Amino acid sequence: MKLIKTLLLGAVAACALATTPSYAQQFIPILSYRIGPYAAGGSGYFGGAIDYFNLVNSQGGINGVKLVWEECETEYNAARGVECYERLKTRNGGASTVDPLSTGIAYGLIDRVAQDKIPMTTFGYGLGASADGNVFRWVFPLGTTYWDQVAAMVAYLEQKEGGAGKLKGKKIAYMYHDSAYGKEPIGTLDALAAKNGFEVIKIPITPPGTTQESQWLQVRQQKPDYVILWGFGVMNPVALKTAAKTGFPREKIVGVWWAGSEEDVIPAGTAAKGYVSAAFSAPGTSFPVMQDIKTKLYANGKGNLEDPARIGSIYHTRGVVYGILITEAIRKAQDKFGKGKVMTPEQVRWGLEHIDLTDARIKELGAAGMFPPVKTSCSDHEGSGMVKFQVWDGNAFKPVTGFMAGDRALVRKLVEESAAKYAADKKITPVDCSKEN
Amino acid sequence: MSFFFEVLIGGLLSGVMYSLVALGFVLIYKASGVFNFAQGTMVFFAALTFVGFTELGLSFWAALPATLAAMVVLGLVIERGVLRPLVNQPQISLFMATIGLAFLLEGLSQLLWGSEVRGLDIGIPDEPIAWISDRFGLNISRFDLSAALIAAVLVIALALFFSRTRIGRALRAVADDHQAALAVGIPLQQIWAIVWGVAGAVALVAGLLWGARNGVQYALTFVALKALPVLMLGGLESIPGAIVGGLIVGASEKLAEVYIGPYVGGGIEGWFPYVLALVVLLFRPEGLFGEKIIRRV
Repeated sequence: MKLIKTLLLGAVAACALATTPSYAQQFIPILSYRIGPYAAGGSGYFGGAIDYFNLVNSQGGINGVKLVWEECETEYNAARGVECYERLKTRNGGASTVDPLSTGIAYGLIDRVAQDKIPMTTFGYGLGASADGNVFRWVFPLGTTYWDQVAAMVAYLEQKEGGAGKLKGKKIAYMYHDSAYGKEPIGTLDALAAKNGFEVIKIPITPPGTTQESQWLQVRQQKPDYVILWGFGVMNPVALKTAAKTGFPREKIVGVWWAGSEEDVIPAGTAAKGYVSAAFSAPGTSFPVMQDIKTKLYANGKGNLEDPARIGSIYHTRGVVYGILITEAIRKAQDKFGKGKVMTPEQVRWGLEHIDLTDARIKELGAAGMFPPVKTSCSDHEGSGMVKFQVWDGNAFKPVTGFMAGDRALVRKLVEESAAKYAADKKITPVDCSKEN
Repeated sequence: MSFFFEVLIGGLLSGVMYSLVALGFVLIYKASGVFNFAQGTMVFFAALTFVGFTELGLSFWAALPATLAAMVVLGLVIERGVLRPLVNQPQISLFMATIGLAFLLEGLSQLLWGSEVRGLDIGIPDEPIAWISDRFGLNISRFDLSAALIAAVLVIALALFFSRTRIGRALRAVADDHQAALAVGIPLQQIWAIVWGVAGAVALVAGLLWGARNGVQYALTFVALKALPVLMLGGLESIPGAIVGGLIVGASEKLAEVYIGPYVGGGIEGWFPYVLALVVLLFRPEGLFGEKIIRRV
């Protein structure tokens, strides 16, 4: 129903745009997925983003500039995602920025966005090397990359063991979605293992991961100290249930953020209790911005989520944080290029490179504690690298750490090496960020 | 050695779950000679409808017949709206129709009940049985054993239904030749409606068990992929074949993953059963239990 409603509203909005004189509107194409295997993530995330955009608009927009958007259903399919991008990029005066929430679609768009000069954000996913803004001018893995996330996981496990260097001699099983997404952090994990003296056992799980008995029996045989679960979709609850079935303690499993939503643990029932996952935005409705969304949108029937019980869920708040980051980038761009004006994609790109969300600014936006400070620059398109860890207590995720980072120096070194290789392969001349303003 | 047996038994029990899905394919194939591409989606539709009814306030025991009724209605609608207009058309047309049906059902399910991931508790814990662990050192899940029992009951019931009833015998005639079956007075439409209804019921059982294990979500449609090598191995029209094929696929994929996987980088579970099935097809093109068709020209 929500999909039909959204499509109808989108069509009405498009007709309205075509028949009314142009006025200050900033267009953001939304490559969403509300049906298909990963619909829960897509509907929550993009629902959160749209809720925040609506909230901003209800408060007068960004210095009077209203945000407009159009959705295109990708079903998390790379080919459809690229098709959606091509369809929407020139609509409504042109796309300001795009975020496909899919590593596969992002891979398909990296060259296109550089050619079209439209900035693409990959909030917590995508290509790790794209954090290097010297090479990847149009890609912004805001918040954290998979590489920083796996480094933070290792730091968390070290902390659990008693501090730095305590993982020496330990064994960590890396159970991963056997895809580009699952393989993305392996290089970083290997580098961390070499540096810190722990062993990594890699166990691939063939997508979608609906059965995992043999993999978990291997875990039982190898007896690792911890398991890092790099899962997606149905793979996550199946992993937790199979771990319970084979007697592996859930307290010793740490999941990536794609394995850390309510949708990942609820189907696993009691088997998920005690499981810890990474997160780069905190869930809940107590934040002032979430209260505003509840009272100003949902109370008036203007919320985007079909099920109001999902307000404040992991995916929903993550979408809200994405909305905050994008509007902040546009606001930054307006500060430089003219308040109340519609920003060009180049100007939005500049804004994305100058995000400076300090604790004070985050509090001002009503989101204190919801996400860590983010400060991007010409060379650092990630801006944070911090995640927090949360445990599922059977009813809700509860934080077990504050926002923390892993070995960022090591990760940055790997990012720069990989980006340099990419630049050489693609014959890209890196920019000199010291000359950028 | 106990580890080997644990892998083997775990694999056999997983295989039973694959067989449950394969049974639905077999039923439709027996009735119409058509490979029902929509079977995986029917599993998803059944599980989602069941959970949807419980969310509307129905108890487990009320939601069960309500979903069963919904599946039978679905079967009747499919017969009336999709199959009946295609009587006497080439089987490829019927197959193509089931492809369309799969996508239609996928969209319809999510439109009706939403795309959220739901948990499903059918009251059988998916944990090792303590006394087996204590005595034999093997972790055997209570859920897996229960699923095997349910599958056994289902297979016996279906075998009796198709071998001891007129409908069962009529099925064979219908599958062989639609026109000839009609000519001798077999009510083709009625047979198809019944079989699609029964396939819906089997999809419900499979959906409840798979949904309880993996959560009720779109990914349930993928369980059909697990049934394909079972059908290739066991034969498309054999109920015992679906069971034996499931056991072979379940055991072999787990043993291969554990004992061969580490030497080739792992992740072979997904394709190993297909290799096995292809090897069997080389020697028995009709599958292990499929009917050998001799055509005289």
